[in-house]
Amino acid sequence: METKLRGRAIFILVVIVVSILGVIGFPKNFRALKENVRERIRLGLDLKGGTHLVLQVQVEDAVNITADQALERFRDELKIKNIRYDDIQKADSTHIPIKGIPDEKAADIQTLASDQFSDWDLVRVPGDTRARTLAMKVSAAQAIRNQALLQAMNTIRNRIDQLGVTEPTIAEYGQGDYELVVQLPGVDDPTRVKDIMQSTAMLALKIVQDGPYSSKEAALGSHGGVLPPDTELLPGKAESGRESASGEAWYVANKVAAVTGRDLSGAEPSHDINGRPCVNFTLTRDGAARFGRVTGANIGRQLAIVLDNRVVSAPVVQGQITDRGEITGSFTPQQAQDLALVLRSGALPASIKYLQESTVGPSLGADSIRHGVIASIVGLAAVMSFMLFYYRGSGVNANLALFLNLLILIAALGYFGAVLTLPGIAGVILTVGMGVDSNVLIFERIREELRNGKAVGAAVAGGFEHAFVTIIDTHVTTIVSAAILFTFGTGPIRGFAVTLVIGLVANLFTSVFVSRVIFDYVLSRRQAGEALSV
Amino acid sequence: MEFFHEPKIDWMGKKWFFIGLSLSLAVAGLVSIAIHRGLVYGIDFRGGTLIYVKFARSPDLDAIRSALNAQGVRNATLQAYGSAADHEAIIGLDLQTTTASDAIDKGKRDIMNALSTVYGVGPAGKVDFNNASPQTVGDHLLASDPLRQASLGSEVASKTYKDLAEALVRYRNTPPRSGLVADFQELRSLPQVNPATLSALTNDFYLSSYAVRNTEIVGPKVGSDLRRQALYVTLAGLGAMLLYIWYRFELIYGIAAVVATFHDVIITLGFFSLLNKEITLTVIAALLTLVGYSMNDTIVVFDRIRENARMDKRRNFMDLVNHSINQTLSRTILTSGLTFLAVLALFLFGGEVIHGFSFALVVGVIIGTYSSIFIASPIVVFFQQRAGQGRVGERSRLLEREAAGARR
Repeated sequence: METKLRGRAIFILVVIVVSILGVIGFPKNFRALKENVRERIRLGLDLKGGTHLVLQVQVEDAVNITADQALERFRDELKIKNIRYDDIQKADSTHIPIKGIPDEKAADIQTLASDQFSDWDLVRVPGDTRARTLAMKVSAAQAIRNQALLQAMNTIRNRIDQLGVTEPTIAEYGQGDYELVVQLPGVDDPTRVKDIMQSTAMLALKIVQDGPYSSKEAALGSHGGVLPPDTELLPGKAESGRESASGEAWYVANKVAAVTGRDLSGAEPSHDINGRPCVNFTLTRDGAARFGRVTGANIGRQLAIVLDNRVVSAPVVQGQITDRGEITGSFTPQQAQDLALVLRSGALPASIKYLQESTVGPSLGADSIRHGVIASIVGLAAVMSFMLFYYRGSGVNANLALFLNLLILIAALGYFGAVLTLPGIAGVILTVGMGVDSNVLIFERIREELRNGKAVGAAVAGGFEHAFVTIIDTHVTTIVSAAILFTFGTGPIRGFAVTLVIGLVANLFTSVFVSRVIFDYVLSRRQAGEALSV
Repeated sequence: MEFFHEPKIDWMGKKWFFIGLSLSLAVAGLVSIAIHRGLVYGIDFRGGTLIYVKFARSPDLDAIRSALNAQGVRNATLQAYGSAADHEAIIGLDLQTTTASDAIDKGKRDIMNALSTVYGVGPAGKVDFNNASPQTVGDHLLASDPLRQASLGSEVASKTYKDLAEALVRYRNTPPRSGLVADFQELRSLPQVNPATLSALTNDFYLSSYAVRNTEIVGPKVGSDLRRQALYVTLAGLGAMLLYIWYRFELIYGIAAVVATFHDVIITLGFFSLLNKEITLTVIAALLTLVGYSMNDTIVVFDRIRENARMDKRRNFMDLVNHSINQTLSRTILTSGLTFLAVLALFLFGGEVIHGFSFALVVGVIIGTYSSIFIASPIVVFFQQRAGQGRVGERSRLLEREAAGARR
């Protein structure tokens, strides 16, 4: 009996030590201890202050881009294969109807689709034998969406990291609506961060065929209404010295970019020879080779610097350029700095839309914590003193169990890297309530057994045994529902569930096991015939 | 000591009185909800913009309202918040005042514009110290370098100024200032602040007479998603509890426990509607807590019923339930009393932010305890009596299963 008790006591001590280490770590001095506690008990933004954003990645953008590219390729292939048709156009992001296919070419077009467009199905159109629809496979479209979400997440993470926000959180949010939650502790003016996160920053350098024209019509008109093959019309802002009446400028530029944002190896804010803010970029070896070839072949022509499908500037190529270049435009120093940042972090594959923004100022967070701490101390003190008053010696036991319960809970939050939020505190409160309840159940039961004339040892054993069934039932019920909240809930609901599950598991340990060991210890040292303080 | 010595109260005999009471409370709540055309949801569910501002003096809400009106923003709700001495106000804009095509933070910008119309903008080129983050303060100090740290290397310098900035901001955020410093001279009370630092601060910063303490902007989708999700997961949680209780007791016990818990939620929501309080996300957290608490309380009583039924197979079921409730009465009173104590502390000292939350818990603890005795238990009694005057039928099946469980 004695050795069994000693073994259990040692086990409890180990749990206590591990828990304390979980809260304070291995501090070298008092300062480090405070630092460790702050690091391990991670407070949510609602308590600490900061900005919380929910945004939706418009993944359909990425699907649309893929569909556009497929349409181009398909059109080119039809031309090469000499298949005539009346019309081919994109209906929506995953469907491209083709009309007026000659009957004798139906087989050819089918072969083309199945050989070279494996992500697409060519389906017949009911009621029209000469029409087909190129439909993107559901799995392929889904893969593009998922990829876009992941890529957007990485890009946003890169950008936020470069801004120097400490401990940001970027995670998927909600159920399959391609939403992300971004939490930025300590950021209390999110305007700039939001702009930086939102800029798609798709960079392309393209050789200009002709332009700028003052309007779209003028540009088309100079080509007789039809653009030359493999070129496109790009809008931009008129540069000083080439004033156009509308302030607009339209360029006819090559469709294929000489280099894109993917070819960049670096980008830094700088100043051009006139002292205006600009961005210097360097290219990867591959990109430099291509850029050298294109610029070498087009000396004297304009090079359009296209950002998000708008020409920001179109300098004339003076000579062959290889691995570095300069983006000028009318930037402020801040804009140049931000542009360099977003170019370094890569383009967003799809645009994003903000759904929610909440900013807790640090003073309000501090107020909440102060109030919360005061309320918890008052509440706990009231509960603990009542337990002492009502159950005397056993009240000490209950209070130890309750205290250990909270210690384990806080330590576990630290070990799991969970964050304590206001709803999380609700979970802690329910834990405390059920923890007290467990002890009350046990003690009342022991008293009952004593009233029924049982000896002290038997009464303690009987009390624990009977109460155990009830405690298991109440705890398992609540843990089961909390597990559901955790699995299907998001954000705040999850925060509640996490602390509740950990707290209840800890409580099963403290109120059933630890309390029992303390009772057994008290009983083992008791003189025969002495009454139990309960 | 003990409060109750073997009470012999006929709980089930009084059940109609209490069921009537519950029904009237529930009906009053539902009628109030109907009159208000649904529950009053907070911005987090409804969508919109909410800004908490602390002012140096008592805020002129009418002036802010007319500034908003002048910008074409109507239907703003402005209300004082907390105690009058704190000079705090909440400014809220509903979603419908901002259109879908606008950026999500249009409402916020409108409010900020109105505030600077009423309270003026600071000197050009200066930053508002009262609304600056530690990062901003630190960056400015690093640039002006009042303590001549640059020669010690950039690492040392930025660490020094980061610490200094944090101390300054902490001072600003500590009550009674709570985010608002009225005069830079106040900062001299900090040991870290010397005249050089103070003049560097006054060069770069000014002190506005208001500080934004909290901003909440919720788009329409997030709001309705949250509302739906809160409802679905709560129902799923209740369903899981029902299954578990079914497995451990009998189906009717599960139904009774879920009905009782549901009753608690309805009545608590009714109180919110009657008092015209908003349902916010933290209130939902409180309702989830209440569900857990009420369920816990009900199971304790059921467990005793099951145990007594196993020991005394011939006893009239209603007596047995009465006896079980009496046996657990002192634990019920103790536990709910203690939980009430803890929750009351939260309600009284927890501050304004969690006021709705703690209110829901104060109401919930009382209702949750009450419903175990007067809602959940009568349902089981009613069913058992119908299933064979409380001696045979369902109950005996339960007993057989229990006996089988005991043998195992």
